[in-house]
Amino acid sequence: MRINARTLPFLATLGVFILLYAVCAIQYPSMLSARVIGNLLTDNAFLGVLAVGMTFVILSGGIDLSVGAVMGFTTVALAVMIEGAGLHPLVSFAIVLVGGAAFGCGVGAAIHWLKAPPFIVTLTAMFLARGAALLLSTDSIPVRHEFYQTLSDLSLSLPGGGRLGLIAMLMLLAFVVGGVLLHFTRAGLRVYALGGNARFAGLMGIDTARTTILVYGVSSTMAALAGIIFSLYTRSGYALTGVGVELDAIAAVVIGGTLLSGGVGGMAGSLIGVLIQGLILTWITFDGSLSSWWTKIAIGMLLFIFIGLQRLILQFSAPTGRTG
Amino acid sequence: MTEPAATLLSARGLTRTYPGVRALDGVDLTLRAGEIHALLGENGAGKSTLINLLTGAQPIEAGSIHLDGREVRPRSPADAAASGIVAVYQEITLLPNLSVAENIYLGREPTRFGLVDRARMRREAAILLSRFGLSIDPAQPLSAFSTAVQQLIAIARAVDMSARVLILDEPTASLDSAEVAVLFRLMRELAASGMAVLFVTHFLDQVYEVTHRITVLRGGKLVGERKTAALPRLDLVAMMLGKLPSGDNHLQRHAAREPGAPFVTVKDLGKRHLVAPFSAGIRRGEVLGVAGLLGSGRTETALLLFGAERADAGEIIVDGAAVTLRGPRDAIRLGFGFCPEDRKLDGIVPDLSIRENIVLALQARLGWVRRLPLARQRELADTYIKLLNIRTPDAEKPIQLLSGGNQQKALLARWLATKPRLLILDEPTRGIDVGAHAEIILLLEKLRDEGMALYVISSEVEEVAAYADRVMVMRERRQAGMLTGEEVTPSAIIDAIVTPVDMPPPGRAA
Repeated sequence: MRINARTLPFLATLGVFILLYAVCAIQYPSMLSARVIGNLLTDNAFLGVLAVGMTFVILSGGIDLSVGAVMGFTTVALAVMIEGAGLHPLVSFAIVLVGGAAFGCGVGAAIHWLKAPPFIVTLTAMFLARGAALLLSTDSIPVRHEFYQTLSDLSLSLPGGGRLGLIAMLMLLAFVVGGVLLHFTRAGLRVYALGGNARFAGLMGIDTARTTILVYGVSSTMAALAGIIFSLYTRSGYALTGVGVELDAIAAVVIGGTLLSGGVGGMAGSLIGVLIQGLILTWITFDGSLSSWWTKIAIGMLLFIFIGLQRLILQFSAPTGRTG
Repeated sequence: MTEPAATLLSARGLTRTYPGVRALDGVDLTLRAGEIHALLGENGAGKSTLINLLTGAQPIEAGSIHLDGREVRPRSPADAAASGIVAVYQEITLLPNLSVAENIYLGREPTRFGLVDRARMRREAAILLSRFGLSIDPAQPLSAFSTAVQQLIAIARAVDMSARVLILDEPTASLDSAEVAVLFRLMRELAASGMAVLFVTHFLDQVYEVTHRITVLRGGKLVGERKTAALPRLDLVAMMLGKLPSGDNHLQRHAAREPGAPFVTVKDLGKRHLVAPFSAGIRRGEVLGVAGLLGSGRTETALLLFGAERADAGEIIVDGAAVTLRGPRDAIRLGFGFCPEDRKLDGIVPDLSIRENIVLALQARLGWVRRLPLARQRELADTYIKLLNIRTPDAEKPIQLLSGGNQQKALLARWLATKPRLLILDEPTRGIDVGAHAEIILLLEKLRDEGMALYVISSEVEEVAAYADRVMVMRERRQAGMLTGEEVTPSAIIDAIVTPVDMPPPGRAA
């Protein structure tokens, strides 16, 4: 029953998702089609990839406000490298991924060794990345390289006429790899340990410096991957891409049952969290009469309900008192 | 008990200094294979610092540690664990959000093809725990279990990390007697298997029940190492509280003085689960000393007297009239002041300046509307800095930059600025260097001579015996005696601390 108390937030999220989907399907039967499902995954691929990184960060007890800016910078950097410098997209992809990882490791190192709150350090990183992106270009730069066309033709056919594009597959792959790393490796367990109590983790012999650097390194790498996905999706680079999406990613992770205070949660929930956000947006699009900003209001209400639910679960499941 | 064999761990001359105080000063410790060894001392004796050095939680400043004849110099708890020294603390330092199995194997999980083998981890955890008499599901989160079980899990983890030396820091503080029995059986088994167990506690009964040898620290220095069986309890307490061999006392007891008028009288004041009813009287110009071991209820008496805890029995009479204390504000209004024991936790505001820390209590009494003018604040601060000889270039430095002794003096100044009629001091000389000790004691005597009533809690029996007119002795959360006049000697205080209380505590103050 303890296990239930811990997985309850995830089960609640899953229940909400199924319920929501059922309501949508009854109202608009075409929402069950493979095409809509394919689009749901494709349209939210960048958010899903960000949520994979954010899951690591929040589980470790931190927060990363820089991912939207890093994603925006990546789209501009790709456009400049491919269109301006004439680099092959694959080379450019490798450069932004390595650059993103290095940037995140720097952020993690600053958080650990300066003993600074992650909120402040990643806020600083957000300004740096956004400012650097605007320095590269304030205009939207189209990417016309034919390799982009090749990539967007790559897809798996789904039964019923839909297709699973490359970027949707990339997102699902990110969730699988992230999930394995988090749940089945020593490094993943260290992330949970750090989020449970950083001081105790240190006393138990966990290398907290390495773990913090890993967590923010993963987060920024995922942000760079999200930038690649967004670049493929829009075939352009624009410095103001992804303003505020870090908050959508945080919302997806929390709705997915991960405690904002760290240490409890998992990867599968974050995927559901992303899909719930996408589903609400799709439903509003189908409806046609509602402003798309209703998505934000719905997400806000959902978050509120989930945070209240988590509070209740914590109160009922921890009568022995937490030592932290 | 069989005589333990060869030396397993030998620490020599361990030293560690914090700003302004030498927390550990050339301490030796010898642990033999197969022995349970008690580490004893009052608060601030250096026990925690010694553990921190042994486990690599803090770097060693001077001295050496040899394990099995080989020098080890642990740089971190992980490093110490790798060489075989592991500590388990009273505060469970495991992770409540992880499962029991994950807690046991964190950092050394069994893997298969690079991935954590959870099934094997659970299986091995269950086998390990069954050796410790625990049949629980290792897949459950740690937070599902009681403190006692968590403690055993922590020990299981420590032992499984091939510990040679197991340090148990106050492991019994939150256990009931049946759980303590289980722990002791386990400790004996572990010792019998060739480990050395260092047992840190303040329960003397448990020391005599389970240990072979005792090392006593006091004020950061080694007092001595004795065989438990050959050390009477009286001598042990004398070692802990720093009683010198008779005739060796450098502190001269002051001459008898004319007592002043009765000021505060406490009658059967008590609170359930906190401290049994006690009675005492304090006159103007008199020092009432309060002696007792750690956990004897000595601090709790002060909390009741200051209104920080509400009494559920008895009364406090001030100047002949009964008063009710609903909180510290009431006590402050009556002219009481309180310097708590842990100045870092309850006393100083580290980031504020010395001046701001000094005027804090006075300003609080005036209320925030009548703000003290800055010039007056400066004048007050400068007066007390000079009077108490607080060593600082100026009053505007953050108080956290001062040494422990000077912080203590600034805290005293805070209450002196309110011109209190009764000043309650909890361990005023703890954690400060020897020179500052003498200064604080001189100051207390001066305040007393000026007519202030003082209520001084101290574990320094020699000092208390020198400056207190009367001494209330606490033991096991009840009043164990009241010594007056010629009775106030270090030996009499220690006798009263050690002698079990058979009768109900005396109902009336002397």
